[in-house]
Amino acid sequence: MATKLPPVDVVLVGFGWTASILGQELTDAGLQVLALERGSFRDTVPDFATTQIQDELRYAVRNELFEEPERETLTFRNSADQTALPMRHLGSFKPAAGAGGAGVHWNGQNWRFLPTDFMMRSHTEQRYGKRFIPEDMTIQDWGVTYDELEPFYDRFEYLCGISGQAGNLNGAIHDGGNPFEGPRKRAFPLPPLARSYGTVLFDKAAKEAGYKPFPCPAANTSKPYKNIYGVQMGECTYCGFCEWFGCGNYSKSSPQTTVFPVLLEKDNFELRTHMSVTKVLLDSSGKRATGVIYVDPQGREFEQPADLVILTAFAQHNVHLLLLSGIGKPYDPTSGQGVVGRNYAYQITSSVDVFLNEIVNPFMGAGALGQAIDEFNGDNFDHGPQKFVGGGYIALWTTGGRPILQHHLPKDAPKWGSGWKKAMADNYLRTVSIATHGSVMSYRDAYLDLDPTYRDEYGNPLLRLTFDFHDNEHRMSDFLTDKAAGIAKAMKARDIHVKQRKGHYTIVPYQTTHNTGGAIMGTDPRTSVVNRYLQSWDVPNLFVVGSCAFPQNAGYNPTGTVGALAYWAANAIRTQYLKKQGPLVSA
Amino acid sequence: MNARRLRVSAIAAAVAATGLLAAAPALVARESSHGSIERGRYLVYAGDCAACHTDERGQLFAGGRPIPTPFGTIYSTNITPDPETGIGNWTSDDFYRAMHEGVAPGDRRLYPAFPYPWYTKLTRADVDDIRAYLSTLPAVKQANKPSELPWPFSMREVMAGWNALYFKQGTFKPNPQKSAEWNLGAYLVEGAGHCGSCHSPKNFAGAPKRDKAFQGGYGEHWYATSLGGDLHDGLGQWSVDDIVRYLKTGANARAAAFGPMAEVVHDSTQHLDADDLHAIAVYLKDLPPHETGTRSASANNGNNVDHDRLARGRGVYVDDCAGCHMDNGEGIPGVFPPLKGNSVVQAQDPETVVHIVLSGEKTAVTRENPTGLAMPAFDWKLDDQAIADLVTYLRNDWGNHGAPVDRDKVASTRSTIVAARTR
Amino acid sequence: MSFVPSRRRLLKAALVPSAATVVPLRFVPSAAAESVAAPGQFPFFTAVEFTFVEAAVARLIPNDELGPGAKEAGVATFIDRQLAGPYGRAATWYMRGPWRDGTKEQGYQLRLTPAQLYRTAIADVDAWCSNQKQRPFAEQDAAAQDTLLHGLESGDVKLARAPAKDFFQMLLQNTVEGFLADPLYGGNRGFAGWKLIGFPGPRYNYVAEIQQYGKRYKMPTVGLLGRDGSRTRES
Repeated sequence: MATKLPPVDVVLVGFGWTASILGQELTDAGLQVLALERGSFRDTVPDFATTQIQDELRYAVRNELFEEPERETLTFRNSADQTALPMRHLGSFKPAAGAGGAGVHWNGQNWRFLPTDFMMRSHTEQRYGKRFIPEDMTIQDWGVTYDELEPFYDRFEYLCGISGQAGNLNGAIHDGGNPFEGPRKRAFPLPPLARSYGTVLFDKAAKEAGYKPFPCPAANTSKPYKNIYGVQMGECTYCGFCEWFGCGNYSKSSPQTTVFPVLLEKDNFELRTHMSVTKVLLDSSGKRATGVIYVDPQGREFEQPADLVILTAFAQHNVHLLLLSGIGKPYDPTSGQGVVGRNYAYQITSSVDVFLNEIVNPFMGAGALGQAIDEFNGDNFDHGPQKFVGGGYIALWTTGGRPILQHHLPKDAPKWGSGWKKAMADNYLRTVSIATHGSVMSYRDAYLDLDPTYRDEYGNPLLRLTFDFHDNEHRMSDFLTDKAAGIAKAMKARDIHVKQRKGHYTIVPYQTTHNTGGAIMGTDPRTSVVNRYLQSWDVPNLFVVGSCAFPQNAGYNPTGTVGALAYWAANAIRTQYLKKQGPLVSA
Repeated sequence: MNARRLRVSAIAAAVAATGLLAAAPALVARESSHGSIERGRYLVYAGDCAACHTDERGQLFAGGRPIPTPFGTIYSTNITPDPETGIGNWTSDDFYRAMHEGVAPGDRRLYPAFPYPWYTKLTRADVDDIRAYLSTLPAVKQANKPSELPWPFSMREVMAGWNALYFKQGTFKPNPQKSAEWNLGAYLVEGAGHCGSCHSPKNFAGAPKRDKAFQGGYGEHWYATSLGGDLHDGLGQWSVDDIVRYLKTGANARAAAFGPMAEVVHDSTQHLDADDLHAIAVYLKDLPPHETGTRSASANNGNNVDHDRLARGRGVYVDDCAGCHMDNGEGIPGVFPPLKGNSVVQAQDPETVVHIVLSGEKTAVTRENPTGLAMPAFDWKLDDQAIADLVTYLRNDWGNHGAPVDRDKVASTRSTIVAARTR
Repeated sequence: MSFVPSRRRLLKAALVPSAATVVPLRFVPSAAAESVAAPGQFPFFTAVEFTFVEAAVARLIPNDELGPGAKEAGVATFIDRQLAGPYGRAATWYMRGPWRDGTKEQGYQLRLTPAQLYRTAIADVDAWCSNQKQRPFAEQDAAAQDTLLHGLESGDVKLARAPAKDFFQMLLQNTVEGFLADPLYGGNRGFAGWKLIGFPGPRYNYVAEIQQYGKRYKMPTVGLLGRDGSRTRES
């Protein structure tokens, strides 16, 4: 029998980026906010201290900052005719555990989606015709436009102190920035990071190939920065231990370095860690959330009543919770009916390794230190001759040269023995890699639901993922890879190794943690779980915030858009929802 | 807003009472009890009463915090208005006698861990205001803990002798040769601020050495640097604005407050208004340098430091410190304090810098600077010799100047910290 | 703003079960190198197993003119300590049934923890050798050992119980880890792996150097425990 606790105004489930933003904005509005986090509290000192954080084995290989499949995982299959099996250890994606969530361990690659990304269906149909979109591709418009989100992208960027070069200021294209980006009202808060040798060589080759390369927007501060909340950040020193690691000198944007110092001190904010939310409770009408159930480390259950429940956990955990709580109609791929779990998507990536003559010191880097071209992203090019939907960016990132996981060897290098040693000695200091980062559309057969067999430590069914790359994605990715190879050749290296993404989607090698969909936003409750303000269609005092809202995934990394949506939802709650608590959009 | 005028006038009134101020700000009638409470609240910030009179997990002003002294541990008392366990039954004369003479009701002598040798300077009116504010606090029932002092210090009568030798009772007397602002600063520093209780060296009996006021001393387990005009280990290089900024926000381009001083900034000085902080700074900048001080900023390293030690220390520095304090020792102004030109690094007693390297620290959290940037502990990572070499190096590069540090010093600091943690 | 010192927040936090309180500023070493109490001189391996692994890693990354190999770098010690700790126990893996063979896209579906896989496979390999009338693996010459390792890698060598390819992949992966991880874990002794490739170790400031294009970085190699590449957590 759960112990019932005193009520709060708002309960946030999961304490990463979206919870930190919503927590800060809603406490500023005078609400009493409680955040429940399954993992432990973490802060720069002692958890990410410079004295110990650059430990590749501990953090990147043994995954100390991530969720443990033993406690939380899912089952996976490529298609419905297979039996889904548990993801027994982390591979393709590595969700976080603990306060700050993935905001702690991300690289800091921070983008705005393109204006056309938000109008994926209507824009594609308008330019290429209805029949251009395959029948089983279930892409949708988001219900919100780039222009509406622009001020919130800006707010997230000024929260973080993004280092970058504007390419489109109020419609005027500026050299040196991304000429394809949506218009921004003002420049980035900080100038771009210092250039590494690899990015300089890429820049030169890309220009020679006729492209317009630009520095990637980085949530690694190029200068000391005091943000919108008065929180002070340091300056990146290019230590090369960004992704998978916490930042030791306050120069990577994370909830810790941008929000915690002001949020955690507030009297109307409380954080409880080591508490796992297992269910959202509804009243007898099924249309109102009354709070959540959570379990403490001893296994004791608590009922936490709240007026407003916001799911701010990692994307698929939000979907899992909706399914376990019986909120919204679960998606059925056979009939195509239902919404919770539908339109799961991911990212398709490939790379071209470039073996140079010059020493490039790969171990000097930063998570978002890169140079990119955007000519083949979104609808920045004519898809007509290509006959695929989607695109991506091509970038040379110099994020680090961590010996175990970040070395690249030529295609025919032996996998072990003296030949391997020689290949390592000859190539480690002189290798860079060009990455392609491509969109994944949504399909009828890519979805999340509850597994019939496997259970978690609370006896709840695991989430089940059914997903594979479609022909559309492979062709698009090969197209990008080919373009990347062209640039690689222009770098006049000793050798290049083109690594296309081949075959089925596999859960084994790491690719990205850009899992999207399952609780998508939209204008129609028959094809979306939340409305354009990320408010549940079924339960108006429930909001679901995260990349689970993406109707399909675009070419860029998702965090910038996740941050913008969190501010957008917070704004809707403050300016509309609090005045009259009910549906903000009529169904 | 009225509160600010009330604050300024409380202190200025004390000075004005001596007839020194040429043009005193308009005085607000003291009969207003609301004004008295507000002035008292401000003075309690200035006196930093909450810091000692509140235990780590305890209720505000209810006492019980252990105060380490060289003679043993004393526990702070309950100063909430509770009639049985607090000071609710004290008259205003009782309260004034405690603050002014160091004697509690029943002729009970107080130990100078309670800084009555400084609070004695406060005017009667100010002390009454403090009491007015304290009376508004919620009463907490919490009995005072007996102190843990060995005999004969456990006998409070001993204090009579101590007071006779070392305690100079008396309200603040302005110096007619100095400006009104200087006197305001003096009143704050020598009175409510009781800065000398850490920043002045003490004699064997734990009394501050009056001839060496503010030339560096010990607070809890930390060495509090000289506030004198010395260019290396005092405030000689600091401007008035540097001092104001430090007290208001916890950091400036030259240094960051940490350890007990971070608490002082958080609980006390960040709440003082700009004029008062400016007055404090003016007073401090007028302090003389100490007799062993160095006048010239560019004085060469007079110490014969072994070059091998410096090289080893430099190695440790580059490997372990440069990520924040940067290759050139300049840190990031306002973010990571510079070690170059740093008065804590060059302090006569390197105890503080050794302590920080061992245990790490978090900077002051203030309204203007809420971040609370922290430095990690190196105790597990660097052994005593490595830290000794490192600190010796820090004290002798970039124009810095300080005697070498040996490993025994590091070892003893290490065991002091361990002992304090495990108490 | 009312005057509420930070201590009061600690009091509030104590009222509800929570871990959001003061954390001592102290290094908390990971459990990765903890030893399971085991009889004998090694935390996990038997003497026979250790000899096997040492011989195997000596072939995977040999000692040669480029410098020390995995054996000299202490990789067998590294693997031994890893298997004795949470990694060996698959402490963070989902190890609940039912157990089924999956597609290769579905990844590791063995019921065996890494420690169990090693123990089973090592015994199986030596049993295989015996069946083939060969000496135990550790006693064979280098060429024969290479042949056998290639056979495990390809799956041509079929073991009685352990899946050969899975075992080989794990062994190779752990060998690379041991050769290139921080020496505090027992491998990469004397920074053998890092010196081979030119990785200077965990350093936090390349502000000046990152724009010195094409220049070799000259600072001495350093590990988390300092410039002495023989310092491990246990020493």
